[in-house]
Amino acid sequence: MKEVIKLKGVFKIYFEGEENEVRALSDINLEINKGEFVAIMGPSGSGKSTGMNLIGSLDIPTRGKVFLEGKDISSLEESDLAQLRGKKIGFIFQQFNLISNMTALENVMLPMMFQGVKEHERLNKAESLLKLINLENRMDHYPRQLSGGEQQRVAIARALANDPEVILADEPTGNLDSKTGEIVMKFLNQLHKQGKTIIIVTHDKNLALKHSQIIYWLKDGQIQRVNRKSGTKR
Amino acid sequence: MKEYFWLASKYLRKRGVRSWLTLLGIFIGVAAVISLITLGDGLRLAVNSQFGISTTQIITVQAGGIVGFGPPGSWVTKPLVKDDVTAIKKLDSIESAIPRNIETVQAEFNNNLIFSVAVSVPEGRDKKQFYEFLELEAYQGRLLEDSDDNKVILGYDYSKKEKSGFNKKIEVGDKIRIQGDDFRVVGILKKKGSFIFDKTIMMNDGHLRELMGYGNNVDIIAVKVKSKDLMDKSKEDIEELLRKRRNVEKGEEDFEVSTPEATLATLNNILSGIQIFIVIIASISIIVGAIGIANTMTTSVLERKKDIGIMKAIGAKNSDIFYQSFVEAGLMGFIGGALGIIIGTIIGYFGTIVINYLIGSSAELKINFILIISSLIGSFLIGAVSGIIPAMKAAKQNPIDVLRD
Repeated sequence: MKEVIKLKGVFKIYFEGEENEVRALSDINLEINKGEFVAIMGPSGSGKSTGMNLIGSLDIPTRGKVFLEGKDISSLEESDLAQLRGKKIGFIFQQFNLISNMTALENVMLPMMFQGVKEHERLNKAESLLKLINLENRMDHYPRQLSGGEQQRVAIARALANDPEVILADEPTGNLDSKTGEIVMKFLNQLHKQGKTIIIVTHDKNLALKHSQIIYWLKDGQIQRVNRKSGTKR
Repeated sequence: MKEYFWLASKYLRKRGVRSWLTLLGIFIGVAAVISLITLGDGLRLAVNSQFGISTTQIITVQAGGIVGFGPPGSWVTKPLVKDDVTAIKKLDSIESAIPRNIETVQAEFNNNLIFSVAVSVPEGRDKKQFYEFLELEAYQGRLLEDSDDNKVILGYDYSKKEKSGFNKKIEVGDKIRIQGDDFRVVGILKKKGSFIFDKTIMMNDGHLRELMGYGNNVDIIAVKVKSKDLMDKSKEDIEELLRKRRNVEKGEEDFEVSTPEATLATLNNILSGIQIFIVIIASISIIVGAIGIANTMTTSVLERKKDIGIMKAIGAKNSDIFYQSFVEAGLMGFIGGALGIIIGTIIGYFGTIVINYLIGSSAELKINFILIISSLIGSFLIGAVSGIIPAMKAAKQNPIDVLRD
């Protein structure tokens, strides 16, 4: 199976060498293959968010290497990193994180704009993505005019805009009621079935167990154990 | 680049009233610069048109040492006399010299009494040259002739009811009472766009002399030089001659010999000085505006920290964020400048109308396109430069600091 993300001996240390040094991650090694549905779990302060930032190339490790599709991104310049994550990774956040002064359609078009996609192509793609998540009637609505579930679906459409290899979802149902959360997870499952690599960061054990094939349990910045559903190849 | 403008306009609209208030400084500054420069150009044209003489071969001589108020040449301690005119005529470089007397007179018509300016029209051979010098032509009736007794010609404004001052227009053939004597109007002059001509009563020198009792005194001597190249020499010759005749040393002259160009240059220098002063004041407003933009952009960057984080997470490079803020600040300057140009031009337009009305000139609004284009570019750049530091701060923001807030 093709490896999409690999963390090799990764450390993330804040204020290194100072009195208030924080070791957010210590010697993390993990591999995520194309098409896997992975959950990263752990209590607050376990290093989940730091791990997500590194996997999503929002941050670089203090030590160790992060590979995205075999390419070492640990030492890339911020601009190269931005281009890479815009193209390869789609983010879904707990707080939806839509731009409030842009319509649903404009929010979905935005990642393509940063990749230099032509305007008419951006428009066509964004419209088709919003249709895909059943929001064709909400295209011109601003985030404040949408429900939480609808906002998260727009965020999913936005994450798919550049057709990324990996969807990285940080507590994707954390701000939704259970019914709406299920709808969102249904969409993520659909994407997984279409071959996307899905990584969710969550503290919801049931959610992780129900949907993911592999669960990485983090505690105190280290991988404590890895659970694999039967039938998951490695 | 188009995308940066789109993003910038989104945030400008989002800030609403705050954006408009921020534009105010640049708007006021540019409006002031545009209106005053436009107005200044109008004023300059108006002043220039007051001279009303297209030839530049005329030198004006008048006595100095003014002790009262009145038309040029009046109320001087030692007036020029007719013999001065004769002496000037004899100079080599001079083609002709014409004496002119200008007096404030009481004029009565249609039971209205006003104070007006009466100008003498020389008699004999000088009369033709006088008309030629001043490029005077009749709009109605005819010009004065030597044989005209108790007759006058009037400036153009007297043929208009609202400008005559008599609440009635004067027509050829009407009688007008000047200093208690009746005069028949034989002609109305063509409009010159200058109050010096359009609001003047002209009568033969003998009549005005008799009426006002100025004897041999002359208020102004208009001197025509043989060739334009001889202007400086002629000026020096006249000065030397008058110094001798009036027995004064060089540097202590009690008279003034001026060329139209020199007089215009002096007036234009004064106008330029006023314009520069006003531009300095306007520049202060623009600087305040620029500080306002920098301040608003700094606040804006802080307020949309989260949006910047989101944009970076979904692929925006540092340069994308920088240019978006940079263009946004530039747009604020540009919009302020554009509004300033519109309002400034409107003020300039109405100001020119007011100047024309007040001094009877006919200056047209002169739109300075170079000024407008440079103001637009300048406004954008001032805004953009003000936004550089906030834009750099925005670009440097770390997305992970805000995404989980």
